[in-house]
Amino acid sequence: MDKLDKSRFEWVGANALEGEGIARPSISYWKDAMKRLSKNKTAIVCLGVIILIGLMAIVVPIISPYTVSEQHYAHTNAVMGFKDPTDGHLHLFGTDKLGRDIFTRVWSGARISLFIAITAVFVNFIIGIVYGGIAGYMGGMLDNVMMRFIEIINGIPYLIIVILLMMVLKPGTTTIIIAYAAVGWTGMARLVRGQLMSLKEQDYVVAAKVMGAKPARIIAKHLLPNTLSVVIVNITLAIPSAIFTEAFLSFIGLGVPVPLASWGTLANDGVKIFQMYPTQLMIPALCISITMLSFNLLGDGLRDALDPRLRR
Amino acid sequence: MTLVKYIGKRIFYALLTLFALVALTFFMMRLLPGDPFIGQKAIPEATRKALDAKYGLDKSVLQQFLMYIGNILKGDLGISMHYNRPITDIIAQAFPYSFNLGMRALIFATIAGVLLGIIASVKRGTKWDTISMMFAIIGVSVPSFIIGALFQYFFGLKLYQWTGIKFFPITGWNSEMSKILPAFALSFGSLATVSRLMRTSMLDVLGQDYIKTAKSKGLSQKKIIWKHAVRNAIMPVVTVLGPIAATVLTGAFVVENIFSIPGMGKFFVLSIQVQDYTMISGITLFYGAFLVLANLIVDLLYGLIDPRVKLTELKE
Repeated sequence: MDKLDKSRFEWVGANALEGEGIARPSISYWKDAMKRLSKNKTAIVCLGVIILIGLMAIVVPIISPYTVSEQHYAHTNAVMGFKDPTDGHLHLFGTDKLGRDIFTRVWSGARISLFIAITAVFVNFIIGIVYGGIAGYMGGMLDNVMMRFIEIINGIPYLIIVILLMMVLKPGTTTIIIAYAAVGWTGMARLVRGQLMSLKEQDYVVAAKVMGAKPARIIAKHLLPNTLSVVIVNITLAIPSAIFTEAFLSFIGLGVPVPLASWGTLANDGVKIFQMYPTQLMIPALCISITMLSFNLLGDGLRDALDPRLRR
Repeated sequence: MTLVKYIGKRIFYALLTLFALVALTFFMMRLLPGDPFIGQKAIPEATRKALDAKYGLDKSVLQQFLMYIGNILKGDLGISMHYNRPITDIIAQAFPYSFNLGMRALIFATIAGVLLGIIASVKRGTKWDTISMMFAIIGVSVPSFIIGALFQYFFGLKLYQWTGIKFFPITGWNSEMSKILPAFALSFGSLATVSRLMRTSMLDVLGQDYIKTAKSKGLSQKKIIWKHAVRNAIMPVVTVLGPIAATVLTGAFVVENIFSIPGMGKFFVLSIQVQDYTMISGITLFYGAFLVLANLIVDLLYGLIDPRVKLTELKE
């Protein structure tokens, strides 16, 4: 080996700042998740459908010329797109057996059904996160007792508990929410507990503890934000189940009292006469199914977007 | 020994759940407004006392609760206020229909769901996968009463109008043909749940090393799937059979109503509508106990067929 010719090498200089710089802009977890979600066409379409249904539920009962219980005996069981010859108003989805405008009833039904579903799931979320949070963080004997309690509740089919509760309380929107929330929280509690159990062993939690953080701060600042992704997916998938429960209860006669309409009561009315007027069943049935389908597909999309194991 | 411990633990929890169910029903019924002896005429004090004594209403709540449990243990669920017949009689008459319908739906949902899940996972990413999973998500999203009514309309009514041949009767429970539509409508949701679960479980198993080993030693695709993958992947499906039985039986409440099948669901919904409280609590108890038992059987079965359950018990 000869001596290396130094002239073949050149000092290009080093920039300390540049060396520390990050080549690509950093993407936060949520931004990344949203990016992945927006690539999922099905989930985005479903999100659009849900927003559209929500808007219709808010707007239609306000601007509609009819009220929910307004009856037009001259035009009972009118077909879709029927135009009232006396006042020129349009019954877009026709009228029911009492001559009530189905379009108005469907969207005010959407209001009630969605309100019940979203509130019930929200209550579940609060109870579940507190219960699961305590059980998961404390662990040991307390956790054992709390989980056995959940096991016993889950042993009894939830619809049976809901029906029993509905019998005792007065029928109405609040009752359905209470009845569903009384049993629906167990899934969320289990999920949060499971997440906390694995998260609290992580190094950053130990570090926070060593630095003297109080349990409340550790739970609120470190543990819960990290369970958020699974919780969001769970909420999205719990809403269709709440919509179903409301429809089921209304269907067996435990729903909102007349003349209020929910999708469940509308479907129940429709089943009675669907052999003659099939649209009166099809419309609420389609609304229930499309909404549940959209939430389910959006939930699936969110799970794929938020699950870090799928990151590439 | 550990297996005995596992079985003992499961039976203990089942008994605890049953006790909770009985207590819940008892106290719910006490919370109901009203009094059994309030009528149009005022009852004299002495008569009232005699009536209370006859029905044990003068005793303390705890004593009443013990009496209630005693009666249930003797197989006495009380008398229906609406039909004025012992509730056990009504159950004995109606339950066979519901059980028959439920079993048909459960068996169909399990077999078809497992097959669909296998197809979707083996043909992952192809159109077969997409079709089966679309089918599954629709099944999860459409309530059974809507499916039932739609089937009745299209397969019962319209098919008859179009072809002139009566394939499926739309109501009743007589011929074999009349049992197809309700059983299928009832099984649809559970079928979807099973197929989604089976697909996930199969994909998980197919990614395991022992599948690669089996492939590299030259085993045929068929043998790998049926001998190695399916037998391991089917375990999670077994665990959900209990909850699925619950879904099927409660779903029968509405399906029986739509198809006018004289099963328990029809009685139950009617008793809710006429507020026949004794009947509601009786049927609730019966259903609850039945499903707790079904869950227990599934748990025990799982302990027996999955060697891994025994292993984890040993480690503890």
